[in-house]
Amino acid sequence: MNLRTPTGTLPGTGDSERTDTGIVPAGPFIVAKSIESAVLRHALGRADAGAVVVFEGVVRDHHAGRGVVRLDYEAHAALAETQWEELRLQALLAFDVVAVSGQHRIGSLGIGECAVWIGVSAPHRVAAFRACEWLIGEVKRDLPIWKREHYAEGQAEWRHEPDPGAVPKPV
Amino acid sequence: MPLTVRYFARMAESAGCASETLAHVPVDAAALFAERDRVHGFGFSSTSLRVAINDRMAQWTTPLQDGDEICLIPPVSGG
Repeated sequence: MNLRTPTGTLPGTGDSERTDTGIVPAGPFIVAKSIESAVLRHALGRADAGAVVVFEGVVRDHHAGRGVVRLDYEAHAALAETQWEELRLQALLAFDVVAVSGQHRIGSLGIGECAVWIGVSAPHRVAAFRACEWLIGEVKRDLPIWKREHYAEGQAEWRHEPDPGAVPKPV
Repeated sequence: MPLTVRYFARMAESAGCASETLAHVPVDAAALFAERDRVHGFGFSSTSLRVAINDRMAQWTTPLQDGDEICLIPPVSGG
């Protein structure tokens, strides 16, 4: 378990799957089982990273005044994987960050379960915050993933309207 | 080879299936959508949808060919 670096090896801080550049993804973006945040977080470790910012999107119990009991997620997995990889590489190029990892779950999720996990490591915190916020915004805006809300009163609906969280709040 | 059309989310509900095969090849994705919309009544306009052909984003005017897989992408709601 060593982290390979351009200048040597840091014992006990990495594994053989990691790369020095952050270019190689840690694994698939779309997953059908629980998101393993510790594994994803581990993949962000770099000797030159002083900041790690993680966003977790979690299933909540309400939407637009209605009680929600669970969510089903569906994706065009092949397309979502391609688009996530493009976003990941764009983030590595556009922000001063050294590693990016993320996953989005599909299937049926209960309240409190993690639906999406986006993590960024960077030498400094400002770039990590900015890159992470940009990435989750792009994932929600663009990737072919859909949620179906199951309401407390028994109905269920696919959501296709713009995310209200993406609309800037008036100051 | 037949053409495959894939539907997602509410569009799959409207169609009653996640995919269907067509023996004929419409001239382009726009013609394909117009034809399937007449059958299924999706409730989406083509301006609110995107289209992917063989796992790549495409234009509505892209000519279709035998064996293509066309995905009609409704507005997304991941996260």
